[in-house]
Amino acid sequence: MNKTKYMNSYVAGILLGFLLIATIYISGRGLGASGAVKSVTITTVEAVAPAHADNSTFYKEYSAAHSGSPLNNWLVFEVFGVLIGAFLSGLYSDRLGFILEKGPNTKSKIRIIGAIIGGALFGFGSQLGRGCTSGSALSGMAVMSTGGIITMFAIFGGAFLFAYFFRKLWI
Amino acid sequence: MGPLVPDIIGNEFNLIIAMVIGILFGVILEQAGFSTSKKLVGLFYGYDFTVLRVFFTAGFTAMIGIIVLDHFGLIDTNLIYINPTFLGPAIVGGIIMGLGFVIGGFCPGTSVCAAAIGKIDAIYFIIGSAIGILIFAEGYPLWEGFFKSGYLGAPQMFETLGLSQSMFAFLLTAAALLSYWGTSIIENKVNGIKKPPFRFTPYYMTLGAIGLIISVSAFMFPPREDYFLEKIDDLAFVNSYPLEDITIDEFAFKIVKQDPRMKIVDFRPLDEFKKESLPNSNSFNINNFFEKEPDKFLRIRNNTYVIVAETEIEERKMAIIAIEIGYKNIKILKGGLETFRAEIINFEPKEPTSRIEESTFAYRENAKIVIPKLIKENKSAGPVVKKLKRVVGGC
Repeated sequence: MNKTKYMNSYVAGILLGFLLIATIYISGRGLGASGAVKSVTITTVEAVAPAHADNSTFYKEYSAAHSGSPLNNWLVFEVFGVLIGAFLSGLYSDRLGFILEKGPNTKSKIRIIGAIIGGALFGFGSQLGRGCTSGSALSGMAVMSTGGIITMFAIFGGAFLFAYFFRKLWI
Repeated sequence: MGPLVPDIIGNEFNLIIAMVIGILFGVILEQAGFSTSKKLVGLFYGYDFTVLRVFFTAGFTAMIGIIVLDHFGLIDTNLIYINPTFLGPAIVGGIIMGLGFVIGGFCPGTSVCAAAIGKIDAIYFIIGSAIGILIFAEGYPLWEGFFKSGYLGAPQMFETLGLSQSMFAFLLTAAALLSYWGTSIIENKVNGIKKPPFRFTPYYMTLGAIGLIISVSAFMFPPREDYFLEKIDDLAFVNSYPLEDITIDEFAFKIVKQDPRMKIVDFRPLDEFKKESLPNSNSFNINNFFEKEPDKFLRIRNNTYVIVAETEIEERKMAIIAIEIGYKNIKILKGGLETFRAEIINFEPKEPTSRIEESTFAYRENAKIVIPKLIKENKSAGPVVKKLKRVVGGC
């Protein structure tokens, strides 16, 4: 298999669309990702500092809305599947390997800091916006949710807006 | 009728399904090239629009798919999760995510996918997102007010814009197709490719044709409810439609006999139904035809469903929708409830002109006493058909 050859974007898009239809038809809900990170984070906090978790509004609201352990959650299982699926796909297409990917003029340290800060912003934003690119933008578009579509435009619009200032990181 | 959760697929099994869906999600993302940050951010610097193509194609394919499922009554759209709209947080949260995207090079789903094949930057991104969520959780009292502001319910975009669902789906799909064309031009320019982005080769022609068919198909599958409402708008059609009916006397007889096989489907307004209702009757409104639980109720074999409303014309309309949807054993009450009330419940004795009339009138005298008693005894507390709860989703 050719190492750099990816699937045709339109074909991938249509397949992803069908997967999303199946997801909504079976489970009544769309795909997601940030929710799983949230569940893991909350579980960690509850394990490390149970007294603190019992006293903070955020954790209390979360346990009120979700019964059982935060890990016994649809998105956690789904994201666990993503890990397996992506790994198998990488294995099949010979793309496995520990690589730190960065722009041509970016130092490794800068890239790592960038990834952490970018991740933190995304994590924070996904809580405020009630979902990330998958849960809010993509799944929201499938069900034509006003909030989801607004978030989608805000994510991509925001990224274009700031892209110029961070061009040194990538090109 | 979908969604299959929770009655056809249990909540435990749903988690296994989640994992299977996740595996497929991971394979598609990885094969599409979403496991590399350089490809992902290419969108924002004009050298690679893969993300946009995959994302929009997936989005409108799924959107049209749900529209088609709804049109054919295969999914109850009242039960699926529609992301709620909190205007301010949606915009600000989105912009923060956009900033995170250009700095970090991933979004949460793609970072998991990239980490799975060993991308170190993706692992740091995931650590970062956990930190971001932790910051949000710890500082929650500071932004709780804003987080809960601007709540508009869970509207759908076409409602917000005042368009029909079909029109909105068409416009969105068309916009996506145009963006493919426009971004291909940019992409080629940035990468110094001289060839025109779209050429008249069979490949591009097929692609374009499929896109066109999908976008126009938005109009071929109007929402199920609108489709049927339009049908019963034509009075001549409603009056000429062949329907089975049941006479008021037979109806009265079965009520008195308390025939368990006869289900009365009452289309009067709910408050009237609550005031008084016939035994073995269920309150319905037109929306119930398109919902999962009422659907099950109407599909029990060997039952006869008598559709009642104040007037016969109202009954005819509802019965036509029911039959067109595919329900069996649908009957209407001849003359409607107004006739039933006048001739049975408020029956005024008159001189019979034939033997048959004589026995009919005698029976009505009896029914006039028994049925009001049954109505009184029948304590129905509203819509008997239970409502299912919407699935809770989101991140």
